[in-house]
Amino acid sequence: MLSAEYLMLNPDQTADIFGRIKQHSTADEVEVLFSGGKSALTRFANNIIHQNVAEENYVISVRTAFGGRTARSTTNKLDHESLKRVVQSSERLAKVQHPDPDLLPIPDPSGAGIFAREGLPTRHFAETAAITPVQRAETVKKIVSIAEKHKLTTAGIVSTSETVEGVFNSRGLADWHTQTSSEISITMLAPDSSGWQKANSPNVANLNAAALAEIAARKAFESASPREIPAGKYTVILEPAAVLDIVGFMFFDFGGLSILDQRSFLNNRVGSKLFGENINIWDDVAHPLQSGPPFDAEGVRRQKVQLVENGVIKRLVYARATAEKMKRSEHRDQVGPIAPTGHGFPLPNEVGEAPMNIVFGTSPQPISIDQMIASTERGVLVTRLWYIREVDPYEKILTGMTRDGTFYVEDGKVRHGVRNFRFNQSLIQMLSNVEAMGTPVRASGEESFDMVVPAMKIRDFNFTEVTKF
Amino acid sequence: MKHISSWALNIATQRGASYADARIADDRSRALSTKNGKVGGASDSESFGIGVRVIADGAWGFAASDDLSRAAVEATAARAVDIAKASSRVKQHDIKLAPEKPVAAEWTTPFQIDPFTTLVEQNIDLLLQIDSELRSVAGVTLAETNMNFRREEQWFSSSEGANIHQTKYTTGVGYAAYAFAGSEIQKRSYPNSYGGQWQNKGYELIGELKLLENARRVGEEAVALLKAEQCPEGVFNVILDGSQLGLQIHESVGHPIELDRVLGMEANFAGTSFLTFDKLRTLRYGSELVNVVADARQEHGPGLGTFAFDEEGVPAQCTPIITKGLFTGYLTSRETAHTIGMNRSGGTLRAEGWNRLPLIRMTNISILPGDKALRREQLIADTDGIYMETNKSWSIDDKRYNFQFSCEMGWELKNGKRTRMLKNPSYSGITTEFWNAMDAICSRDEWVVWGTPHCGKGQPQQVMGTGHGAAPARFRNIKVGSAYKGTI
Repeated sequence: MLSAEYLMLNPDQTADIFGRIKQHSTADEVEVLFSGGKSALTRFANNIIHQNVAEENYVISVRTAFGGRTARSTTNKLDHESLKRVVQSSERLAKVQHPDPDLLPIPDPSGAGIFAREGLPTRHFAETAAITPVQRAETVKKIVSIAEKHKLTTAGIVSTSETVEGVFNSRGLADWHTQTSSEISITMLAPDSSGWQKANSPNVANLNAAALAEIAARKAFESASPREIPAGKYTVILEPAAVLDIVGFMFFDFGGLSILDQRSFLNNRVGSKLFGENINIWDDVAHPLQSGPPFDAEGVRRQKVQLVENGVIKRLVYARATAEKMKRSEHRDQVGPIAPTGHGFPLPNEVGEAPMNIVFGTSPQPISIDQMIASTERGVLVTRLWYIREVDPYEKILTGMTRDGTFYVEDGKVRHGVRNFRFNQSLIQMLSNVEAMGTPVRASGEESFDMVVPAMKIRDFNFTEVTKF
Repeated sequence: MKHISSWALNIATQRGASYADARIADDRSRALSTKNGKVGGASDSESFGIGVRVIADGAWGFAASDDLSRAAVEATAARAVDIAKASSRVKQHDIKLAPEKPVAAEWTTPFQIDPFTTLVEQNIDLLLQIDSELRSVAGVTLAETNMNFRREEQWFSSSEGANIHQTKYTTGVGYAAYAFAGSEIQKRSYPNSYGGQWQNKGYELIGELKLLENARRVGEEAVALLKAEQCPEGVFNVILDGSQLGLQIHESVGHPIELDRVLGMEANFAGTSFLTFDKLRTLRYGSELVNVVADARQEHGPGLGTFAFDEEGVPAQCTPIITKGLFTGYLTSRETAHTIGMNRSGGTLRAEGWNRLPLIRMTNISILPGDKALRREQLIADTDGIYMETNKSWSIDDKRYNFQFSCEMGWELKNGKRTRMLKNPSYSGITTEFWNAMDAICSRDEWVVWGTPHCGKGQPQQVMGTGHGAAPARFRNIKVGSAYKGTI
């Protein structure tokens, strides 16, 4: 069962497995999540392939419920005895709990049908699913040849996958999503500088390894011999990956449960103008540059939700149970519309929900990064941010480092590479200080999930220290 | 399982592999949690499969499958060889492994109580009691608890003849109280933040930690922080508690000594290291009091990096990393040991599970306690400065020079006394400058092996548990408070 012979799990097989699980269960209700498939990743460093892996794995996760009590058990074994055991394990964990009056019955079918996609773009591409180890190696060879042409050393990955996600429940809900994914990440290293680029797409044809390699290489040699400039407040131009990695730290706070738990920076702030007039943010799984299934972990259809409108915190997202709790809470009149939006995580959980298909609005007058540079008297161009962590949860102060291509900009031109900075920056202040934005693109980083975000020119970005390279 | 591994090893060698190993792993875990008086999560999970690693045509290949039928295992091994041959299209030299005598061995984490035999209802009741105690404090707005168990059984076989069967048990437990008021959220955790304390132990860990006894204090401290004064900005003498020092070791010693980082193998993701080869046995990493080891042996303690053999069959070892302040060693593997002139691996190749390629990972990277008897309260009594406890945030650059840590709670120390509680304490610096500023460390009475259960590295990313023995220590003239500089 692999390579050419490896067969992806399909909805009919899954329905059969779900039927067997139901037969084993004595619970009032049963919900099963299916996930997995095949994935492969070719990793290179020092201009050679040094790691090269492939995996095939399916995971079945069973949630049972008995009158207000629920628990989950997960296995990757599909044989009869394992399915029976995973059901029994889930039931054992559920039965020993005290009933929770807030636990909702599992949802009814949406009526959308298992293959309904409601305008969702195709996210499965046969060419991507069929990529071989030799093809990945040839892509790496192309990247290495560009590194060698520029007398640089390169490191990175080329990966592809084909995966499924499904949810079935004992009320007849059944939904299914199949998709492919491809990703290229490239670091180019010079003796005292580096450059980086990363891209991913459901369709490998959308990735241009050579173009990414050339940009990463240019960043590496243009930032050579970095100079130290003092820490302080600078106008910064954050490329989309840098924007993505820092703003990603706020979206879990847009889940309704984080307000009910009083751990969100949006406590008492929904409806307030928190960011600049030019900030508009949606969660939109159907956006052509987005990815992922159109349903959440209970099978509720994901809705398009405008989270921020002209800087005002407009709406939160909700799992079903959170919406019910919010309607009864003291916050209900201060949080905007309350309804399940299809953003729930697998139950039971402590986090509730979060928007995971973020799309930033396009500025009426988007400008390119080159135009941002040209309009900057004195500033810093940032390729990528790294090791971002939260310092203050309510002011949303984040710390982190710049990495792999940080440049000093003066009088409208990139002058030279600079030593990397540590920042301590409030996201609220940052999104209030956006002077210009580019056209949103699908960006990929390392600290946050992929999003559709623009490059941003931001005033008074707070660099507090400089490192040694 | 030996027969299953033999299917993989036979096919791999028949297809041209010059080396092959197979790891079959059966991984089982349980996670229980509560939030504000209710069960937050109750889940069991298991994962079973085989990973086959080969060298063919002088290059690496790895394939993994959840299907352990003979046909699937043989196909997985063949696939690993195909992948290795594809790797060889972009190589400069053949992979060579440091020699290692193959052994047949069995080992299990020493434990008193198998956590999976304990009653779930009793465990939930304990968590709910803690939760109730936390919320009995007026002003606590959120209480969270967690209890986690893991059992990893693994069968390792190699084409060189190794056959090693290991079973590791891990227990973790912790809780946190949050207080929100006005425009501020404060938090206190016990015994550590981000999931508490984790060790390679059985259920006995739960009883050792005095969980219920500390809950009310933790709740009260969370609320008190709302009214505490902001930690000042400036240069101060700083005492770090053992758990924070453990994370400081993890980030500013443990990661930079990983030889794969030094060699550039992690340059695209985790980063590289400032510890270039010229620094080995020449760099003054810290003061004379700084002695750090990488010790995976059972006698070091129940750290998350304790085992009998690593994931390529190399026995657990103790490697001196910093000796009286001098940098003396790296974490190595069979592939990389030769690059620093070693003829044997230090035994630090570890994998998250059957479906992940083993990488160089921290084992137990621990600072040794001071020789002279010194308790924490004695150290505080001898210090004017700031005492910081329990990590709140952590960040370090990709070569591991510049770091910044925040802690949950601080205390101003004057004339040897805690004079006022400080909120939002943070400190920052450059790794070697910081370790050279250490002028006192408590003795073994205060030394604890802390668990860091969620260390990320590799592509695809792997999460690994590491151990860090540490005791409270003092650092002179440290930059404090820049986390809030210019932000509000």
